[in-house]
Amino acid sequence: MTYSLLAPEMLLVALGIIVLALGLILPGRGQKFTGPLAMAGTLGILGLVLWQFGYEAEFFQGIYRVDSYGNFFKVLFLSAALLIFAMSGHYLKLFGDRQSEWYSIMLFATLGMIIMASCGDLIILYVGLELMTISFYILSAYLLDDGRSAEAGLKYLILGALSSAVMLFGISLIYASSGTTVFSLMYQALQAQYATQPVLIAGIVMLIAGFAFKIALVPFHMWAPDIYQGAPTPVTAYLAVGSKAAAFAALLRVLVIALPMTHFNWTLLLAILAAVTIIAGNLIALAQSNVKRLLAYSSIAQAGYILVGLAASNAYGFKGVLFYAMLYVFSNVGAFAVTALVETHSGRSDLEAFSGLAKRAPMLAAIMTICMLSLAGIPPMAGFAGKFYLFSGAIQSGYLWLAFIGLIMSMVSVYYYLNVSRVMYIGNSDDQCLPVPAIARAALLLCLAGTLLIGVYPQPLSQFADIALKVLH
Amino acid sequence: MIGLNHYLILGTCLFGIGIYGVLAKRNAVAVLMSIELMLNAVNINFVAVNRFIRPDEVLGQLFAIFVIVVAAAEVAVGLALILSIFRHTKSVNLHDFNLLKW
Repeated sequence: MTYSLLAPEMLLVALGIIVLALGLILPGRGQKFTGPLAMAGTLGILGLVLWQFGYEAEFFQGIYRVDSYGNFFKVLFLSAALLIFAMSGHYLKLFGDRQSEWYSIMLFATLGMIIMASCGDLIILYVGLELMTISFYILSAYLLDDGRSAEAGLKYLILGALSSAVMLFGISLIYASSGTTVFSLMYQALQAQYATQPVLIAGIVMLIAGFAFKIALVPFHMWAPDIYQGAPTPVTAYLAVGSKAAAFAALLRVLVIALPMTHFNWTLLLAILAAVTIIAGNLIALAQSNVKRLLAYSSIAQAGYILVGLAASNAYGFKGVLFYAMLYVFSNVGAFAVTALVETHSGRSDLEAFSGLAKRAPMLAAIMTICMLSLAGIPPMAGFAGKFYLFSGAIQSGYLWLAFIGLIMSMVSVYYYLNVSRVMYIGNSDDQCLPVPAIARAALLLCLAGTLLIGVYPQPLSQFADIALKVLH
Repeated sequence: MIGLNHYLILGTCLFGIGIYGVLAKRNAVAVLMSIELMLNAVNINFVAVNRFIRPDEVLGQLFAIFVIVVAAAEVAVGLALILSIFRHTKSVNLHDFNLLKW
């Protein structure tokens, strides 16, 4: 047990506290330094995680694990945080002198996600989950002058707390039937019992319902569009990318390591949830006129695609989950970054604000189109490779109907994704040039490079995901 | 003789009352209180299971303490958010919060 392997987590706590303290010590002018400090620190921690990638350790009798699976998701969360910090520099002017706190809470939310991805015990899982969600309650309501932002925060808090209570009730039932909360011991304890217990099934279903809320699966998705629209755009981007990936990371670990399938075959439950989510998310997205809301419904649908891999529950499907979660970071952050730039420029996020964007800012329009095509799953982009893994996993496990629904609905989704492009390229514009700050440009180009490179040459990321998944077998 | 079942039934009843409160109450503060009720129902479950099924370990009690601490943090943020929204709408009635719609 070498505690130096916990360095990324500890450094992240330290960075969060330093950024918070600097904002208090250096009022006014000091706010300028906290952003670059947070970015540099996150970059450093990302480097450290990559450097320690292959190491494995269990801490405190297996309740916390450092392994390549957790490290894969650490890389995902830290790169997402970094991209979002970079894209949101101009947006933060809306926050006035509260920027350092924003960076600090974002870092704590990242820490919560990292804990969720590395947990080996239900208590740790719960603490990580709450660290992440409580940070997001604050972040969603961060625009104090905007009534919509406050409303988004309060709605998220009430529904989020309700869902964690349901999840906790499920955890208490699982604890009652297994007598432990540590994943590895739980597997043995549950394997030893032969009779199927209704208590255990109720517990697993409530646990999955709690996760389904965090991932925003239909019928637990009602909060997502409101919160995505009301929250500040960088926060929405992180909510869509980070909190979903964290919930998937934890769900995959719990289902595969802790709950043997001898009692209750949860794959059919997940398959039905995935099918309903894909259909409802895509169909409702067709009717949206606000781009943030459209991206909210699109991200509901995307979560459905990722769940297909989990329902498939074989090597291909799990690889698809990790692969898609990573490429989703680049494509989705790219789309949200363009939305944030348009929103800061025009003050609106409806489709009309994007009208004629191709003339005002050709690069933004091109990146938005490519990210949207990737989300729709058009071949040269990354989304196609991800969907290929997910759906072939589903077909291998006999869920042919699920792959079929996914394919049909991907075709439907092309309509609303390309509708945004149509408005950007054909619509009229007021010919006002839209300036892009240098650092946001760098973030956008990184998103573009990620989306295109993973699509054209998916092998490195696929091998990366394979290495990460070895721990689970 | 009071056994595990009685405690679990009590916990489930409290949980149900909590859900009813969240769904039916209009006052945001009352909704927060109902959520607290649900979390405390879970705590009863944890402690009872700990006492009757695994008395040799204190895992359930430990979990209950974590739940209490996290619930306190959640309520602190919740009340702050209610204050912040009260500045805009001059109300804590959930039906008045209707800027965001489906």
